[in-house]
Order: sequence, then structure tokens, then C-alpha cells
Amino acid sequence: MQDNIKISEFSRETLDLVNRIINRYPKGREKSALLPLLHIAQSENNGWLSPEMMDYVASLLKIESIEVYEVASFYSMFNLKPVGNCVIEVCQTGPCWLRGAENILAHFEAKLGIKPGETTQDGKFTLKTVECLAACGNGPVIQVGKEYHENLTTNKADELLEKWKRENKISHTNPYL
Amino acid sequence: MATQILLKNIDVPGLAGFQVYRNLGGYTAVEKALKTLTPDEVTDEVKKSGLKGRGGAGFPTGMKWGFIDKQSGKDRYLVCNYDESEPGTFKDRHIGTLNPHQLIEGMILGSYALGAKTAYIYIRGELFYVLNIIEKAIQEAYNNGYLGQNILGSGYSLDLYCHPGAGAYICGEETALLESLEGKRGNPRIKPPFPAIVGLYGCPTVVNNVETIATLPWIINNGSDAYAAIGVGNSKGTKLISACGHINKPGIYEIELGLPVEEFIFSDEYCGGIRDGNKLKAVVAGGSSVPILPAELILKTAAGQPRLMSYESLSEGGFQTGTMLGSGGFIVMDHTTCIVKNLLTFARFYRHESCGQCSPCREGTSWMEKILTRIENGQGTTKDIDLLVDISKHVEGNTICPLGDAAAWPVASAIRHFREEFEEHIKLQKCPF
Amino acid sequence: MPLLKVTIDNIEVEVEAGTTIMNAARKIGGSVVPPAMCYYSKLEGSGGKCRTCLVKVAQGSAKDPRPMPKLVASCRTLVQDGMVVQNITSPEAMESRQAITEFLLLNHPLDCPVCDQAGECHLQDLSYVHGLQETRTVEERRTFKPIDIGDKIKLNMNRCILCYRCVMVGDQITEKRVHGVLGRGDHAEISTHIQRAVDNDFSGNMIDVCPVGALTDNTFRFKSRVWFTKPFDAHRECKKCSGKVVLWMKGEELLRVTGRKDKYGELEEFICNDCRFDHKETGDWVIEGPRTIERHSVISQNHYLTNPGDAVRIVK
Ligand SMILES: Cc1cc2nc3c(=O)[nH]c(=O)nc-3n(C[C@H](O)[C@H](O)[C@H](O)COP(=O)(O)O)c2cc1C
Ligand code: SF4
Ligand code: FES
Repeated sequence: MQDNIKISEFSRETLDLVNRIINRYPKGREKSALLPLLHIAQSENNGWLSPEMMDYVASLLKIESIEVYEVASFYSMFNLKPVGNCVIEVCQTGPCWLRGAENILAHFEAKLGIKPGETTQDGKFTLKTVECLAACGNGPVIQVGKEYHENLTTNKADELLEKWKRENKISHTNPYL
Repeated sequence: MATQILLKNIDVPGLAGFQVYRNLGGYTAVEKALKTLTPDEVTDEVKKSGLKGRGGAGFPTGMKWGFIDKQSGKDRYLVCNYDESEPGTFKDRHIGTLNPHQLIEGMILGSYALGAKTAYIYIRGELFYVLNIIEKAIQEAYNNGYLGQNILGSGYSLDLYCHPGAGAYICGEETALLESLEGKRGNPRIKPPFPAIVGLYGCPTVVNNVETIATLPWIINNGSDAYAAIGVGNSKGTKLISACGHINKPGIYEIELGLPVEEFIFSDEYCGGIRDGNKLKAVVAGGSSVPILPAELILKTAAGQPRLMSYESLSEGGFQTGTMLGSGGFIVMDHTTCIVKNLLTFARFYRHESCGQCSPCREGTSWMEKILTRIENGQGTTKDIDLLVDISKHVEGNTICPLGDAAAWPVASAIRHFREEFEEHIKLQKCPF
Repeated sequence: MPLLKVTIDNIEVEVEAGTTIMNAARKIGGSVVPPAMCYYSKLEGSGGKCRTCLVKVAQGSAKDPRPMPKLVASCRTLVQDGMVVQNITSPEAMESRQAITEFLLLNHPLDCPVCDQAGECHLQDLSYVHGLQETRTVEERRTFKPIDIGDKIKLNMNRCILCYRCVMVGDQITEKRVHGVLGRGDHAEISTHIQRAVDNDFSGNMIDVCPVGALTDNTFRFKSRVWFTKPFDAHRECKKCSGKVVLWMKGEELLRVTGRKDKYGELEEFICNDCRFDHKETGDWVIEGPRTIERHSVISQNHYLTNPGDAVRIVK
């Protein structure tokens, strides 16, 4: 986890992507690109949206900062506080619960020594509970970045954790790439 | 084997690629429509087919298209609702991942019928990997002349884009979805006006579910009569049912509407019966918001008739003894399930997903969750059960959008059918399971 | 354009097309007017959220006499010719209003005795008429720390009912909005996200549109209870606004300046911050005379009770 490094601007390539996205909406409706841009911004800012980053997005779309804060705080995929490199999101809704999601969550809590909403001391992992991920038939389900991991067992969870530790897993990558 | 409209080729390797889809007869419906049918003729076909919206409300699709204001002189939009977030529902993910071109072909047909020049697929942000797959398929469709300027020389032009959500069930409600697409908080709009008159950017708009749209190519290719010949009563055609919970074969099944529920749960062709030889206790048949039914009422109606997987049969008996087909999210519970705990997860879900703009939903969902948490943890009192019923009544029907109803129905129905289980939690001062 | 006939609680009134049930009721006046906690006629797009104004439509129109299946928000539902509406004559509407009042009070701190809005609070009025005799919740209430948003305005989020009016003032009356609704569901709150001062010429109107004591005037706080002050209409030459205000006086002392409100608690005109915050000498103003508070409120009726929670304990 890095502290709020000063962001200046997106790279040329990212700005090209941003402009392609903005062009999908009619003239004068650039604000429509806000959610896609926030996804990109979060991926470029260590997985969370700092006020500076949101102000920058506001400037790209020529809207007020508060319009960005209002939106960013509405949607559960946006983190308004710093997170670890690898955010593990465990689905806890009925269908996943019926198939043992509570065990999986407890297992991650024990293995990582943290509760949902917390980040490990070394800044590597954040644990989060989420609501239905639309994969209920294969519960328990977790999401890490864009990846879904389904039909989870504690063994599978251990394997994944080992792998992520080995690879220094970073879950926030530009979702368009 | 039942007719397969959506899953027919789903196992063909490479189906997500343009060429494989094309070789299996893909995009012939677009050719047929653009070359031989007027937009109104396409709408008529859909009307006659009897297709109802598959997003949950079951509104007749052709009729909805008929409401669109073609006189306003404004642009018109078709928006695909790919927010799929109702617990128990996981059918749309399957279509976009494995068969995106069928969805794209449906989008072209619907847009042509409505006279839309731009269309969007609003897809929940968690499914970004599916968005990537669909965007790739859209690019292929452009490259092959099925999207963009002057499609197939017909003079009709269409641009199609994907738009990601970012974690909000409420954005599945069609006006919240439009707000979200405009880059705002997903607060549902107050209706009327309906989207067909004032929708995206103030323009006439139709919002349809993924499954609804992906069905269109088959209807255009095979004709409305062929479609209407499938099913029973006013439940025409096939429906994707996503089955989960304590069954041997969770998964996505395409059924002809009218299949007996008992056959669906117990036959090896579908769910394959209850896991570990356990007993069936209850089913939530159409996504978390529809009333839960105990085993005897899901298998047979109160009148003793076999219950069928159809709009009419599932709702027979009203909310007293019936339920709804909803989105087709079929959640099965065996006898080891604590109904209170399951309900608590639903209550937590609706509290978490309420947009918070109207007071009965914002306050009522959080109140119900708190009471249920106490009951489940053994701190409930006998008054709590009636209080829950009362709160659910006061939320239901008093809110801006149907999320309030969706939060109230599970509570009311669980207490209606399983009251003794709540009482037991309170008597024992703990969860008996 | 021909006028439309609508009947509300058995009283007939004729209104222009495009009128809402609420405004038709206001045309009749008196007890048939549904209470409005979020609707504000001078703010575009307001209303529909609090649900206190739900009424029963017993007959949709002369052409289509079917009743509407659900109660409707009278502030956002347009009148049709021949519509028959029941407000206080509908037991269903009355039950829902009681329920909505209960919902609005669920997380409310019931701190009337220490609240600057006491006496002119719409939630207090509402619970006086529609509140239950006793509170049915044992759950912990949501709590926030009061904060200053700018040096003139205090935000006490515990009291907020999320009517969105102040947000609309920010959008429609001031040059630039820096506060808004953040978070969602039961976590939604009015905030600036990061400490930012709400400070521009017309921001003080947020205080006047707030139906409860969530936004209060920092330059007035705790100086006096409202009912110990006397209101006077007054004006001054002002380049920014009409300069027409109400002065709230205690003896010779000018304690507070607000806009002038009509009987529904709505401002007649928005006033600027100069007039509101920076002219606290009687000599700054031309006093026109005492102001009669028309609103059916506890201030005018002298009904205010001083025990905490009385507001919700009073029987109808
Ligand atoms: C709270 C709520 C959530 C909804 N979620 C979805 C959803 O995820 N997908 C969907 O297609 N429809 C959803 N709907 C229904 C839509 O509002 C709308 O009726 C539907 O997209 C219309 O498409 P259809 O006619 O093809 O079914 C939801 C409705 C509500 C009230
Ligand atoms: S019912 Fe709930 S989700 Fe729908 S508008 Fe009201 S608060 Fe928002
Ligand atoms: S409940 Fe976990 S994916 Fe649906």
C-alpha cells in the first residue's frame, strides 16, 4: 500500500482510452463517462479514489468535484480509502451463504488475521464482504479484481492465497486492458 | 428435449467468435429484418410472439416497444439491462460470456424496430471481464458490417457501446439505470413520465433485459407463431432458470414455460434432486425478492394442482399461497436451512442496496435487518415478529421504486409460512440450527 | 386551456392542466393540504422522496374512473379532469402517514430541547399530528458529529431527513455547489466529502429550506429559543437580493435574519448572505412591522412542550 502519491495526470495511452470512451456519448453528455473513468482512475491510483484523483476526473469531464464525490460514494466498487494490493471480495448473500460462504469468510479472516474492511499490516491484502455477484450456482464465490473464483473450498482458498503471495498479486489493473 | 433458443449452441467451442456464430446461422435474422421487414413489422412480430420481459416484471415486450414516442423528433435509444444483481439470478452472465453475438444481434433488431441510432449495454461493473468479451464481439460485428454506418446497405446505421456499472443492485431498476448511464447516482426517477417518453438524456428509450433481447433473433428467424406455440397460456416461449442452493446440479437451464416444478427440481435433466438425499424445505422461485414458498406449496398449488414453471401457475393463489416467476432465479433450500438466517442475508442485501432517497425504504430496510439480526442472535422478543410484519406492510407500496416491495415481500412471506421458526428462535434465545 | 376539476376530501376545485394534487390542495387550503417534508415549490425537481404527502386517488379521471392501485405522492402527481382524491378522508393514507412519520423519527435524535429549529421544525409539526404514542424501536440510532460547513452554517446530520432541498439550493440558487448527498441507503449523508466550506452569496438559503434542524445558522445558535423572539418584517437596499427579510428580535437585540416564509414554510424569496449574516444591527434595516406567522406550527399555536421526546409522544 502506498500513501497517496501525488497524481499528476494519466499517461498518453490512458488519455486516448479516456477520449475514446467520452466519444461514446452524445456531445454535452460527457458526464456519462464518469463511471468508466472512475474505474480507470481507481486502477491507476493503487485501487482507491483519493480526493485529488476525483478532482482530476472532474477536470477531465468539466464537472464539479462534488458531482464526482457523490457518484463515487454511491457505488460499492469504489474505495474511498486506501486498500491493499490485493482486495479479496467475499460474497455473503443468501445463495452463497446456503453453500458455505460463512466458512470461506472465516477462513480468510483466520489466514489473514483481519476482519472485513481491514488491510493486512504489510499492505498486501484487504478483505471485503460484498453482495450477490451473480454467480450463485457456483457459490461460494469470491472476486479479486476482474477474476471470479467459484465453488470455493478452504483448500482452494489456501492455494489461491499461496499463489497471490508468491506473485505479489495486484488486483487493481486497468479493467479495459 | 425442450426447444433451445438461448442455450442451443452454448457448448460449441469458440461460439463467442464471430465466425463460429455466423456459421451456425448467426446474423441471418438481421439480414432478414433489414432487407425484408419494416421496423413496425419487426415490432409486430415481437408483439404477436407473446414474449414477455425476462428481467423480472414480465411486461410484454412488443407492447413496451409500442409505447415509444416516435413523434417527438428526438433521438431514440435502446438500452440493454445487463445489471443482473437479483440474488439467485445468474443467467445473463452466461449469455454474454459464451454467446455475445446473439445478444448483439438482438440489440440490432430491437434498435432497428425502435429507430434507435445508438444503443448501450449497461453491464454491472463486477462483470468487467464479460464486458471485455462483449466489446470484442462488438468490434467484430463492426468489422463485418453488422454495426456502424449503413448496415448491409440498408441505409440503417447503428452504434452499440458497453457501459460499466460499479456495484449497485438498484441500477437494475430501469430509471436508476438511466441515471447511472448519465453519470449520476443510481437514484430511481419518479414515474411518470416513463422511459418510453422521457428516458436516456430526456429522449424516448426502451430498457430490456439481456435474455429478452437475445431471444429476438430466434423470433425473427422462426416467426412469431413458432414462438407462441411454445409454452402454456400466456407464458410463451422458453425461459432461462438459474438454479442454486441445495440441489445436486446447480446451473442454468432453458425450460419451455409450463414445465412442472416437481420435474424441474427432481429430474436428472434439470436440478437432479436435493443434495445428500435431504428433504426439500422451501424454494424462492424467482430471485430473492419473490415470496418464499414451503415445499408443499411450491410443488402443488393450494388447490392441489401441480405447480408449473409459468407466470400464471407460480402466481396462483396470490401472495397468500403463491409466488412469482420473477427473474427465474430459483433458490432451493433443504431441511437443514434456517429460514431466519437466509432471510437475514436478504434483508442485509436490501438494506445495503437501497438508494436511500425515499424514507420508507431507507429506514424500513435497515430497521428490518436490525430486528432480524437480533432474532437470529437470540435476542428477539415475541413483539418483534408482528413488528416486522407491520414494517414490511408500511414499506410495501409506499416507495418510489419497487425495491421497497422487493425488500418487504421476503420478510412478509417468510413469517407467513414459517412463523414457528421465528418463534422458536425467540423461545430458545438462539438459532436452533 | 379549459380548467380541470378535481375533488379533494369532498371539496371541489378547478385548476390548470399541469397542476399537482398538492398544489390543487393548497388552492383549497386548510386541512386538506398534505404535509410536505421534501417538496418545495421554488426548487425544480424537488419532492417525491419523503412520502409524507401520499394520498389516495379514488378515481383517476372522468375518462378513466379506476382508482390508482397505490397511494401516490401528491406533490409529484398531476391532476386529471374528474380526479377524486382522498387525503384526510382516507384511512389508508392516514395509516401510511403515521408510518412515514415513524420512519422519519427512527434515527432522529429527539433532541428538540437543544435544537435551534425547535418551534419551527416541520418534523416536530408532523409528529405532533401523525406521530405514534410511543416509539417502537429499541435499535441504536445512527449518529454523526455535528460539523461546520463554512463558518456560518452548522450541519447536524443526525437530524437530517435527506429531503435533498439544500442540494437543490446548491444547484439552483448558488453559483457552485460544494456539498451533496454522499453514500447510499441508510448511510447516505449530506457532506462536502473533504472539509470544504460552503461559502457563496446565496448559500445561507440552505438553512431556510431545511425542514428540520440539520442546517442551522451559526451566527444565531443557542442565543435564544425561537418562541422567545419576536419576528418583524424589514428590508434594506441590497444589490444582490430583494433585501426583504424577517428580523428575529429579543427586546432591542437583533438575533437572527431569515427570509420571509409563507404558510407552508416556503421562502417567498431567496435572500443573500450579506443580508442574512452580516447585517445584525437594527439600524441596518427599515422595520415594516410585526410579522404574523401564518404557518400551522407550534410557534403560532403555542403548543410547544419542553420535555425531550414530547414531540413523538403526543396523542392525536
Ligand atoms: C430494484 C430492481 C432491480 C432490478 N434489477 C434488474 C436487473 O438486474 N436486470 C433486469 O433485466 N431487470 C431488472 N429490473 C427490472 C427492470 O426495472 C426492468 O423492468 C427490466 O429491465 C425491463 O426489461 P424486460 O422488459 O426485458 O424484462 C429491476 C427492477 C428493480 C425494481
Ligand atoms: S424504494 Fe428504495 S431504492 Fe427505490 S427509490 Fe426508494 S429508497 Fe431508492
Ligand atoms: S449469492 Fe453469491 S453470487 Fe449470488
